[in-house]
Amino acid sequence: MNLTDLTIHQLQAQLRRRDVSAVEATRAYLERIAATDPQVNAFISVTDKVALAAAEEADRQLAAGEAGPLTGIPLALKDIFVTEGVRTTCASRILENFIPPYDGTAVRRLKKGGAVLLGKLNMDEFAMGSSNENSAFGAVKNPWDRQRVPGGSSGGSAAAIAARLAAGTLGTDTGGSIRQPASHCGVVGLKPTYGRVSRYGVIAYASSLDQVGPLARDVEDCAVLLQAVAGHDPLDSTSVDTPVPDYDGALRQGVKGLRIGLPQEYFIDGLDPEVRDALEAAVAVYRELGAEIVEVSLPHTAYAVACYYLIATAEASSNLARYDGVRYGLRIDRGEGLIDMYRQSRAAGFGAEVKRRIMLGTYALSSGYYDAYYLKAQKVRTLIRQDFLDAFAQVDVLLTPVAPTPAFRLGEKTTDPLQMYLSDIFTIPVNLAGTCALSVPGGFSAAGLPIGLQLIGRPFGEETILQAAHAYEQATEWHRRKAPIE
Amino acid sequence: MTLEKQEMKITRHEVEHVARLARLALGEDELKALTGQLDAILGYVEQLKNLDTDGIEPTAHAVPMENAFREDGTRPPLPVELALQNAPVATDGCFRVPKVIE
Repeated sequence: MNLTDLTIHQLQAQLRRRDVSAVEATRAYLERIAATDPQVNAFISVTDKVALAAAEEADRQLAAGEAGPLTGIPLALKDIFVTEGVRTTCASRILENFIPPYDGTAVRRLKKGGAVLLGKLNMDEFAMGSSNENSAFGAVKNPWDRQRVPGGSSGGSAAAIAARLAAGTLGTDTGGSIRQPASHCGVVGLKPTYGRVSRYGVIAYASSLDQVGPLARDVEDCAVLLQAVAGHDPLDSTSVDTPVPDYDGALRQGVKGLRIGLPQEYFIDGLDPEVRDALEAAVAVYRELGAEIVEVSLPHTAYAVACYYLIATAEASSNLARYDGVRYGLRIDRGEGLIDMYRQSRAAGFGAEVKRRIMLGTYALSSGYYDAYYLKAQKVRTLIRQDFLDAFAQVDVLLTPVAPTPAFRLGEKTTDPLQMYLSDIFTIPVNLAGTCALSVPGGFSAAGLPIGLQLIGRPFGEETILQAAHAYEQATEWHRRKAPIE
Repeated sequence: MTLEKQEMKITRHEVEHVARLARLALGEDELKALTGQLDAILGYVEQLKNLDTDGIEPTAHAVPMENAFREDGTRPPLPVELALQNAPVATDGCFRVPKVIE
């Protein structure tokens, strides 16, 4: 078996037995990235030297018996995480040459845990997109079918796992940006509860929705990565100071007696029949394993996309005001004064989707429209959140599709922004409610494309969705199938 | 899309105004495309008006939180040379910007 085929927990066992060294594992990944990534375009930057130096240090720790669960494990990060001394672009021209002077908290925790960072991953510019076609560094291709999108915005993070270019990755999820690409690429991706993982050093898109989470080959790996990054951080005042449970320890408790809700509003006409079939098959698996299936209702689901595109864009228009050509980033100065410099720099630096969202958000916040759009959306958000709290009074987890269809074709939705937005219809409500959810491989279409299942948990109920996903994974073989790419 | 004449949610004139607020120098093609696209998106979000939200409190933050306090202590700041290392133009330990006052 190739080193690059191993899960994090399998590789960790081999590293501890000294069957393999961290340097060997890192070299295996760097060689595979060099050979295979040109077909996928998952990486924006590969950091060979940094990675090999970290691997050597990890080998010293392993030899001294001081290894933790991530010591010597080659990981990669969405290029939205600021990394000290390593270029961080957010897939934008405006940050093309930005070298951060510090590490964000999640990155610092991974490094402290001995992880080896292979490089920075492609994404939709400023995490705005559902297909990874909005990158200044070119689209990412789906490893299962290079004519198709990997999903977005963490498309590089999902494709890198599927193409076996990293053992694990981190992404961010504002409206589905971890779960939807995980579903399209046949990997596991988890969006934690808002506040579970620090956002310090994560380039902001929509601050009340953004959350950091892992993508990996299986549920156990996701638990290991979440464990490493979760927890309160004094540098993020919205990170929550509640104890971090032992996620790995919770995995093997099974689902006997677990109450699983099926929200009727997620089984709509637009749902692809093959996705529906996968869901129904999963329901049968859970029944077999002893879970109780209950129909529930999330009555305001249909309003979620409209609500999201007002709140997220309003927050984005404010967050992206910082890109002004003064402290960092692109500057275009025609010698016509400060305001002109701002306008020219931003026009040249931002791509079309980012401009569109800044414009929509600026409009929603502008004088005369604030109450009708932004405030209205915040009130609808209350109703959507209450839907989930009501459902979780009846059930322990919710089982839904992740995306209405398997991965669509490159270019299929680029001309119609609204159609692209609607591909996030099943993931967006979770961000508005602030709770946690994951995508786990749940089958394949006739064309061989992965289909993910979404498990949604109570706020800070990550253990329960991991446990439910693990039980399903143990009962099925989908996660073992490898994307056809060499 | 129906061909019947509908009231535009946003006019070309408003799009230009928003672009000024957002500090974006948009070209003719961009303004034209954005007017149509924003109109379609605003038409879609119009459905929120169907919901009665009288007496509903807005949610700005999904996880209930009180104020987050911390010790009022000092930490070493970012050194000046690091803070300036990404500046497009820096002079004498400062960020340099184009002339503001004529």
